[in-house]
Amino acid sequence: MIRVVLPANLRTLAGVGKEVELQVSGPVSQRALLDALEAEYPMLCGTIRDQTTKRRRPLLRFFACEEDHSDDSPDAPLPEDVATGREPYLIVGAIAGG
Amino acid sequence: MSKVRLLVGTHKGGFVMTSDERRKEWKVEGPHFAGWDVYHINGSPADPDRLYAAQSRGWFGQVMQRSDDGGRTWQPAGNDFKYEGDVSTHKWYDNTDHPYEFMRAWHLEPSLTDPDTVYAGVEDAALFRSTDGAKTWQELPGIRTQESAPSWAPGAGGLCLHTIILDPQNKDRIFTAISSAGAFRSDDAGKTWKPINKGLHSQYIPDPDAEVGHCVHHMAMHPSRPNVLFMQKHWDVMRTDDAGETWHEISGDLPSDFGFVIDVHSHEPDTIYVIPIKSDSDHFVPDGKLRVYRSKSGGNEWEALTKGLPQKDCYVNVLRDAMAVDSLESCGVYFGTSGGEVYVSADAGDSWNAIVTNLPQVLSVQVQTLP
Repeated sequence: MIRVVLPANLRTLAGVGKEVELQVSGPVSQRALLDALEAEYPMLCGTIRDQTTKRRRPLLRFFACEEDHSDDSPDAPLPEDVATGREPYLIVGAIAGG
Repeated sequence: MSKVRLLVGTHKGGFVMTSDERRKEWKVEGPHFAGWDVYHINGSPADPDRLYAAQSRGWFGQVMQRSDDGGRTWQPAGNDFKYEGDVSTHKWYDNTDHPYEFMRAWHLEPSLTDPDTVYAGVEDAALFRSTDGAKTWQELPGIRTQESAPSWAPGAGGLCLHTIILDPQNKDRIFTAISSAGAFRSDDAGKTWKPINKGLHSQYIPDPDAEVGHCVHHMAMHPSRPNVLFMQKHWDVMRTDDAGETWHEISGDLPSDFGFVIDVHSHEPDTIYVIPIKSDSDHFVPDGKLRVYRSKSGGNEWEALTKGLPQKDCYVNVLRDAMAVDSLESCGVYFGTSGGEVYVSADAGDSWNAIVTNLPQVLSVQVQTLP
């Protein structure tokens, strides 16, 4: 199972706790993970990536294993520790600053 | 005994407030969608328990919500707003052509007859409609592809379609308004549109009498007289008696004719309300006094309504969708401020009370009159 940590506003929207678990079939990439997340929680469609372009929303970042994967190719394999569920995939809202 | 239900959108969530016809004691529920901008909540005239809410946030985009029980519970609805056909362009701040991008929904206008049909005015300026209770949305592209549309440029608030008025006596007629573009009318249920800005005069654009480019802030209509519209423009309060073919100014003796809100008494079609704001550079009420102005003559002669409103050290704004009237026998008038107060007058504006204070910045106020 893949573990995904959502930002607080999206946990409330989806009615879930801090972390959700997903079954991803095939190679585990950002695209596959987000496809599975949106299939399980359709209310999240459009909130993490744009509905039309499927690009990451600019103020969200994707972290895993202490690395920033925000700008990786959506089809690049995620780290083995994420794919095996040892480490969570973090979807993080950028801090507001100020 | 009749009831009223107030639907309040704020910068950090939505609130539902209810009272009886005395409108003295209020039950406040919320925040719904805490932490999100709730630009608008509106209820279906055909089924008052059917509510629609537009929540958005810079981080997460647009989410639509629907309630079937008057706002006690909510379910996320469809939020896929795709422009029809080739994506056209509008002018950007540097005068280059900029492709339309969906940002958020500003205003929701449910059908007068069908609870499952609701219109959404969005940024970048376009009109969408759902006929399945907000599950799916389809653009009515006629306004975005209107001849003048490539020349529209966003104002500071964005290129938003923020006003939608459905003519209760002509199902094919719709009025809309777009910031920095102007007012538009369709006579074929939204297929085609024409600008209706003749008589508007705006000194902040190169041609003050141009066909488009006027910053309309809000419009209002009394349902018994759909050819008469009132408009609060960036500067100037305006009126048309011929469904927008020509406009004339009715600012009269207002202390400032800049403002955002405008509304019409529910039983007196010539009684109208505005809240003057000092200027476009200051965006707060003049002289530190929160005053609603009422005209009982359809404009030009205005009286300040101050009883119960702060008359010193007040520097709030009242945004375009943040005023509403109920249809109880004694017309109730409501508005919300940038300081988080929501005020009610149960006597058509003669006196005011705060329902709540210290909410987040109020973005919109709607009211439902319930049996």
